Amino acid sequence: MNNTKEHISQNPDPRPVIEIKDLYKSFGNLKVLNGFNLKLMEGENLVLMGKSGSGKSVMIKCLIGLMEPDSGSIEVLGNDILKLKQQELDELRTEIGFLFQGSALYDSMTVRENLEFPMRRHTNKVDLKNTDELVLEALESVGLASAIDLMPAELSGGMQRRVALARALILKPKIILYDEPTTGLDPITAKEIILLMMSIQKKYKTSSLIITHDVDCARVISNRMILLLNGINYAEGTFKELSSSKDPKVQAFFK
Amino acid sequence: MLKSSRFTKGMISFFTEVGEVTKFAGRFFREVFSLPFEFKELLRQCYNMGNRSLLLVGVTGFILGLVFTLQSRPTLLEFGAAAWMPSMVSISIVREIGPVIIALICAGRIGSGIGAELGSMRVTEQIDAMEVSGTNPFKFLVVTRILATTLMLPILVIFGDFIALLGSALVEYIKGSVSFQLYFNQVFDSLNFSDIVPATIKTFFFGFAIGLIGCYKGYNSKKGTAGVGQASNAAVVYTSMLLFVIDFIAVFISDIFYE
Ligand SMILES: Nc1ncnc2c1ncn2[C@@H]1O[C@H](COP(=O)(O)OP(=O)(O)O)[C@@H](O)[C@H]1O
Ligand SMILES: [Mg+2]
Repeated sequence: MNNTKEHISQNPDPRPVIEIKDLYKSFGNLKVLNGFNLKLMEGENLVLMGKSGSGKSVMIKCLIGLMEPDSGSIEVLGNDILKLKQQELDELRTEIGFLFQGSALYDSMTVRENLEFPMRRHTNKVDLKNTDELVLEALESVGLASAIDLMPAELSGGMQRRVALARALILKPKIILYDEPTTGLDPITAKEIILLMMSIQKKYKTSSLIITHDVDCARVISNRMILLLNGINYAEGTFKELSSSKDPKVQAFFK
Repeated sequence: MLKSSRFTKGMISFFTEVGEVTKFAGRFFREVFSLPFEFKELLRQCYNMGNRSLLLVGVTGFILGLVFTLQSRPTLLEFGAAAWMPSMVSISIVREIGPVIIALICAGRIGSGIGAELGSMRVTEQIDAMEVSGTNPFKFLVVTRILATTLMLPILVIFGDFIALLGSALVEYIKGSVSFQLYFNQVFDSLNFSDIVPATIKTFFFGFAIGLIGCYKGYNSKKGTAGVGQASNAAVVYTSMLLFVIDFIAVFISDIFYE
């Protein structure tokens, strides 16, 4: 974490790598996002907190182009993702790692095949001869090189999350999006995952957007936080600022 | 009034569904011809489907031939037409019973499997994960599966027909001391081009229907584990209905042609 702060201080004028403006999204009568704004700076660990069902996953899916927002603009690394062609979007996605809420490992493939999958169509970014090395390197950085030939069903929940993390960073993305990285894990495994996220941060120098409702996770990892409430970015600030806020609605997040 | 409005609602949702399936099929035809082609995955699917249903189709076919022959023997004997057995059995099995029964079995085996597999991939966000990593999931999962069922069903039907005839020949051998050679000579004598070709063409459509509905239901599965069960169940029910509709159309068309 200290390293990240140094990383920021080396860039006196960090630029945003993600900029979301006025995002609206509803499903029928259910208004999920109501003018949501977010800026992720280069090298930053931004934590987004919100209650279950508040639209965090919807927001992150709009961000990566899995869902189309009703209105608003989303810029990632200077590209307006709503205007990109499919191929350009796919190329941009190689710069973004995505850790899904439930790991989302392909359960009919081995760990190795899971990690090779993102490299199938991005041959311009990786030398195909090096896929074995890349797979091993990514698995080593999550401490699971020995699991390379196992099936996902043979792994524990924590190991699955690690493999999913390895898959997310196999193409050495500039940005990693974490959708509830510690949900569904026991506290000790959750802590291990958090430490792992921080070491990956250090090693790969990524900018991260971390969605969570785990206060401990937010305290340890965040440089800055955004609270999502009623479809908007209700409050922003550092963990200290927000956790000592007088606003009862903000307080509720830290109970 | 209440009755009619419920009926209208049902009709509207039925036609909406038909429209959605048609759109899904349209997307299949658009993407099946665009590069890159997922050849390895297609082979894997073909192999899996064949592997998983071969035994089932074989056993069903064998019993079908056995039972069908045992049941018709007394009637044919009564008319002194026992010698007609091979041609009667082969024509009815190859033309109609074989394709329909085996397609129904495959709808239960393969169609429900596809519905459940894609449904669980949808629910656990594996389909989203594919999309994010730059692979078109429709092409990788749906196109390969629909192609695989379309190609594999005719093969499975031909295999099942053959085993059914073998079962029938066994009955004739035991009960009527007709040698296998004689039996199959008669079978091939009585089967015409006009029996085999339309029946085989039909099975491609059966295979397409099984893949299409299974994929449609699974790919658009609703959230939650209940969604997976629903997808798999609905795949079998709708496919079975569709199979009969296709069969009716096929019989109707070939009737016009061979009048
Ligand atoms: N594809 C969808 N269709 C309809 N409603 C959806 C869809 N995806 C999410 N929702 C609804 O949007 C709301 C926010 O969901 P989500 O973003 O998953 O919440 P969370 O903040 O827990 O990640 C929920 O009420 C959910 O039911
Ligand atoms: Mg969520």
